[in-house]
Amino acid sequence: MKIAIASGKGGTGKSTIALNLAYILTQEDNITLLDCDVEEPNCYLFLKPEFADNKKVYRNIPEFSNEKCTGCGKCVQLCQFNCLALVKNKIICFPELCHDCGGCKLICPTNAVTESKQEVGAVEYAQINNLNFVHGKLRISEAMSPPLIKEVKNYANNFKNAKLQIIDCPPGTSCPVIAATEDADYALMVTEPTPFGLNDLKLAVDMVKELNIPFSIVINRSTKENDHIIETYAKQNNIKIAAKIPDSMKAAQVYSKGELIVKEMPEFEQYFEPITLLIKDLVK
Amino acid sequence: MKIAVSSSAPNLESSVDLRFGRAKYFIIYDTNDNTFYVIDNIQNLEAAQGAGVQAAQHVLNENIDALITGHCGPKAFKILSPAGVKIFTGLDGAIKENIEKFKNNKLKEALKADVESHWV
Amino acid sequence: MKELVIISGKGGTGKTSIVSSFAMLASDSELFNPIFVDCDVDAADLHLILEPEVLEKNDFYSGKLAIINKEKCIKCNKCKELCKFDAIENNLISKIKCEGCAVCAEFCPQKAITLNEKLAGEWYISQTRFGKFIHAKLGIAEENSGKLVTKIRNQARLTAQAENSNLIISDGSPGIGCPVIASISGVNAVLIITEPTVSGLHDLQRVYKLTRHFKINSYVCINKFDINLEISKQIKDFCTQNNTKLLGKIPYDKDFTSAQVSKKSITEHSNNNSSKELKKLWNDLEIILKGD
Repeated sequence: MKIAIASGKGGTGKSTIALNLAYILTQEDNITLLDCDVEEPNCYLFLKPEFADNKKVYRNIPEFSNEKCTGCGKCVQLCQFNCLALVKNKIICFPELCHDCGGCKLICPTNAVTESKQEVGAVEYAQINNLNFVHGKLRISEAMSPPLIKEVKNYANNFKNAKLQIIDCPPGTSCPVIAATEDADYALMVTEPTPFGLNDLKLAVDMVKELNIPFSIVINRSTKENDHIIETYAKQNNIKIAAKIPDSMKAAQVYSKGELIVKEMPEFEQYFEPITLLIKDLVK
Repeated sequence: MKIAVSSSAPNLESSVDLRFGRAKYFIIYDTNDNTFYVIDNIQNLEAAQGAGVQAAQHVLNENIDALITGHCGPKAFKILSPAGVKIFTGLDGAIKENIEKFKNNKLKEALKADVESHWV
Repeated sequence: MKELVIISGKGGTGKTSIVSSFAMLASDSELFNPIFVDCDVDAADLHLILEPEVLEKNDFYSGKLAIINKEKCIKCNKCKELCKFDAIENNLISKIKCEGCAVCAEFCPQKAITLNEKLAGEWYISQTRFGKFIHAKLGIAEENSGKLVTKIRNQARLTAQAENSNLIISDGSPGIGCPVIASISGVNAVLIITEPTVSGLHDLQRVYKLTRHFKINSYVCINKFDINLEISKQIKDFCTQNNTKLLGKIPYDKDFTSAQVSKKSITEHSNNNSSKELKKLWNDLEIILKGD
């Protein structure tokens, strides 16, 4: 069972929900937490783990043989990603722009193109009590995060001791989010009860609908006055609100220090209970 | 000598476009007979990624010897340098004046990219 | 003409609420006749406060999308075999998965596949109560890009000329990638909004480095400074060490939300401490923009 924690924009509390949920669930069982926000991984700032494994991740990039290349330029013409240039009858390649479509290799009339590997980052793994924690760290200046996200997910699939995976997704609705979310069985959409929160939630909802993933909403920083903003939308669209985590200055302070809210403020655990029940139901 | 200048309008009176890859036009100026023509960069301006790479290929196809622009990233540098193109960056103001400075050897050649890669 | 852009490495720092207050203050200013741009197209929210009346709507195309011509297709599955993105299923191309690489089109034996410009979103020129506003909306799975930001900033300059405007205020893109570079290049001043959290400080350092790199004057403002005074102090020290002015410190304020709910900027909504702090911050920015 894979549960994605997603949101249309950054700063809504995705990681907070994922981390606290993981903390609560591990009181009873083994679970796996994946931080797929590989551009800005920050779950580890809260868990402060000692990593037991660091596995480099590579992706395919083309390599051009100067001997075999005749400088015909067919690959340059085909490449839609502007990653090749022809200078003095030689190909100059910018692998950071390459989407690994394989086109240059296929079209080369003289077999001058071979596949080689480039490091995109690393997957790190730590065991913290009942928690298998995996995250990916994208190499600085690397723009292609989906291959690393996929590797984080592959790594997590090795843990046979845990039935449940919680996936902390990157923000937004673009390729990296889709890579993190696409095979999830269920998604929790984290939002806050503000007009901005609602606007971004709608975008994220459109995305999970497109991916055909069942989902419900978690209202973070919930307040009596403002929850109606999200509730009205949820009702109109027949979407379930799974839980509400109240707005609290103290919780914001705990977060700012890099601590877990349910650990420092046990009274907050009750607000997560509807989610844990929902998850237990799904796992069954 | 043939020089390319990134430009925001198709004439010598306009100013140097600070961006290379996403400049609107390139003025191709020939210092031998003081004539120029304009190539438009609209296709690269519209590129989703790799605008600098394509722009570099684009001006290189005009057989230029030098480039005058605001900022030039490492990819364009990697293409233009081995082709023997001299690159002058950090420039703004009127194109005319920059060309005069170039003729009088008043511009300092950039030996490396002056901005980091901005990929996408 | 002057350009001010407001950025923040991380989401949720209150950037857009602050921009909307500047929009109000700038439109009231005697010095400026401003227009506004929303470059934060991934989470475009400024329009919720500015309530634009759209005057002109334009399509935005970015990247390519392959389309199979059913009449020519002989269902040989060659395209499916070659596609590295698993984008082809039952002779149909998934709009979400297709990256527009053109491999299928190039190698289709029937030449049944064409690559079309992909409609990635729309951009608008609008009228608001504070002035003209240039903004955009992206489709699902579409990414903000330097291309779109450059496009709307160019349009903003044209609109500013037509309107005799002397100031462009833009809500910048998040992160440190191409969109943010496109939103800050060539502007007169950048204001970085941060918050005193572990991740807020981390992102400030990254985005500050970027502005230094482009030699753009940058200033810092801490929002919710009182939720963690220790990290606020670290941010202040960071500014001192880097010779960057810490221009403002805004307290944690529930009015940020209630202003949003009533579709108002904070400075329109109330006259509390954060509103006063924002006015002071704006006065400082005015002096910077005027003198520059």
